[in-house]
Amino acid sequence: MTDLLSNFWVLLVLKVLVVATLIPLAGMVIGFAEMKLSAKMQNRVGPYFAGGRWGWAQLIADGVKFFQKEDLVPAEADRAVFKFAPMLVFIGTVALFVVLPAGPDLVVQNLDVGIFYALAISSISTIGVLVAGWSSANKYSLMGGLRAAGQLIAYELPLVLSVVGVVVMAGTMSLNGIVEAQAGWLSETGWQGGLPFVIPQLLGFVIFMIAALAELSRIPFDMPIAESELVMGYVTEYSGFRFLFFFLAEFANMFSMSAIAATLFLGGYWAPFVPADMLNWAGPAILAAKVGALVFLMIWFRWTFPRFREDQLQSLAWKWLIPLSLLNIVLTGIFKVAF
Amino acid sequence: MTFDVWLSDPVNWVYLAIGAAVLLCGVRVVTSQNVVHAALFLVGALAGSAALMLLLSAEFVAWTVVLVYIGAVIVLFLFGIMITRAPVVRDVGLDNKKARPVAAVVALATFAVLTYTSLLAFGNTEVARVGDPTPTETLAEGLLGRFVLPFEVVGFILLAALIGGITLARRDLSPAEEEERGAV
Repeated sequence: MTDLLSNFWVLLVLKVLVVATLIPLAGMVIGFAEMKLSAKMQNRVGPYFAGGRWGWAQLIADGVKFFQKEDLVPAEADRAVFKFAPMLVFIGTVALFVVLPAGPDLVVQNLDVGIFYALAISSISTIGVLVAGWSSANKYSLMGGLRAAGQLIAYELPLVLSVVGVVVMAGTMSLNGIVEAQAGWLSETGWQGGLPFVIPQLLGFVIFMIAALAELSRIPFDMPIAESELVMGYVTEYSGFRFLFFFLAEFANMFSMSAIAATLFLGGYWAPFVPADMLNWAGPAILAAKVGALVFLMIWFRWTFPRFREDQLQSLAWKWLIPLSLLNIVLTGIFKVAF
Repeated sequence: MTFDVWLSDPVNWVYLAIGAAVLLCGVRVVTSQNVVHAALFLVGALAGSAALMLLLSAEFVAWTVVLVYIGAVIVLFLFGIMITRAPVVRDVGLDNKKARPVAAVVALATFAVLTYTSLLAFGNTEVARVGDPTPTETLAEGLLGRFVLPFEVVGFILLAALIGGITLARRDLSPAEEEERGAV
C-alpha cells in the first residue's frame, strides 16, 4: 500500500481525483446551504420536494437540468473566446485547491510560496470574467465584465496586502507553515506556541474578509452581476453546461476563499486540545467546520446588507481598505522587530 | 554538450514545447487582427514564460509573473481596450503588413543582443535542477540585504513614474468647469 502511494503517477492521479470530486461536492453543499439558509432568513421553506426529505437532491436535479439544456452561442459573439472564457474562470478555481492543506500531510503540494501562489493563480479568473463579458456581444454583459474588472483590480490590493501581516508573523509563505505557526497548546506553565492569527491580526482578518467578498462578487459587492440593473452581467448569454461552469466556480470559490481565510487567520486544520498526531485524521473535519462558519457568515451578509453603489465600492477600497492594510503591515513590522 | 545529449534529457523536451508555444503566441500577438485576441495571446506568452521560470526552479519569479503581468497588467490592458473600442469583428488596420519586414528585423536584432549578453554573462553556468526550487528566503535575503540599495532605487523610480503618469494624464478643470462640478 505505501509502495503504491509512493509512486509519483499513482499519487498524482489520486490527488487529481480527490480535487475533482471535492470541487463539485463543496459547490453543491454550499449551494444547497445557501438555498436553505436564505429560505430560513426570509421565513420560507426553500427546496422541499426533490429527494423526498428537505429537498436534499435539489442541486443534483439542477445539475442534470443544465446538462440537458442547449449550449447557446449568440450570433454576434466571438465564438472561440465565448467558449473559452468559462474554462479560464474555472482554471483559476481548480488551481487554487493545490495548496489548501487539510492536514499536515493532506495537501496536494505544499509549496514554499503557497499563499503567494494562491493569490496569483486566483487572479486568472478575472481575465475569464472580462472576456466572457466582451465576447458575448451584449452591452449588459460588457458592462458587467467591466464592473467586475474594476472591482477585482481595486480589491486585489487589500486582499494581498492584508495577507502580508500574517506572512510577517509566521515568517513563511507556505500554508502548512502558517498553520504550524498558529498551533499552540496548554502546558503547566501556561499557553505554549502560537495563537490563531485572528487575534493579533484582527484588522487584517476584517480587511481580508471584506476584500474576499468583493473578489467573489457576492452581496453587498455584486454589482458585476446585479440582476436588477444588468440582468446577471457577464453570465447573461451563457446557458447549459457553460453556465454551470460559472455557477460551480462561484460556489467552489466561496469554499476555497473561506478555506484560505480559515488557514491564514483561524488556524486551518489545527484546533486546540487535538493531539498533533491526530491532525491528519481530524484535520479535514476541523477545516470543514471553520470553512462552514465563514460560509455561513457570507450567506448571512447576503441577506443583511444592501448592494453598494459603484463609487462607494471604489472609495471603500482605495480610501479605507488599502491605507488600513498598509498601516497593518507597518504595525506588524514594528511589533515583530520590537518583541 | 552536443545537441543529441541535450535532447536526451526529458526536461529539455518540455523546455522545447513551452518555448515553441511562447514563440507562437508571441507571433500571434502582433499578427492578430483583433485587439482582445492579441491580449489573450499575450496571456499565453506570459504564462509560457512563467512556466519557463518554473523549469529554471525560480518559483517566486514565476508566480510574480502570473500575479503582476497576467493578473494586473493584462487585466488593465483589457479594461482599457474595452472602455475605449473593442469591436468583436476583425480590424484589418491592426495588422500593418508593410511594416512586417522592419518589425522582424528589429525583433531578431533584440533577440540577438539579449542572447549574446546572456551568453556572455552566464555562458556555461549550471542552473539549479528542476524539482529543487530556490528558497524564497534566499531571494529575500538578496533583495533586502546585499542588493537593498538598487532595490530601493528602483522602487523610488517607479514611484516617481507613477506620480508623473498621474500628473500627465490628469487635466485640471477650468474655474467654470470646477463651479459646474461643485453645483452637482
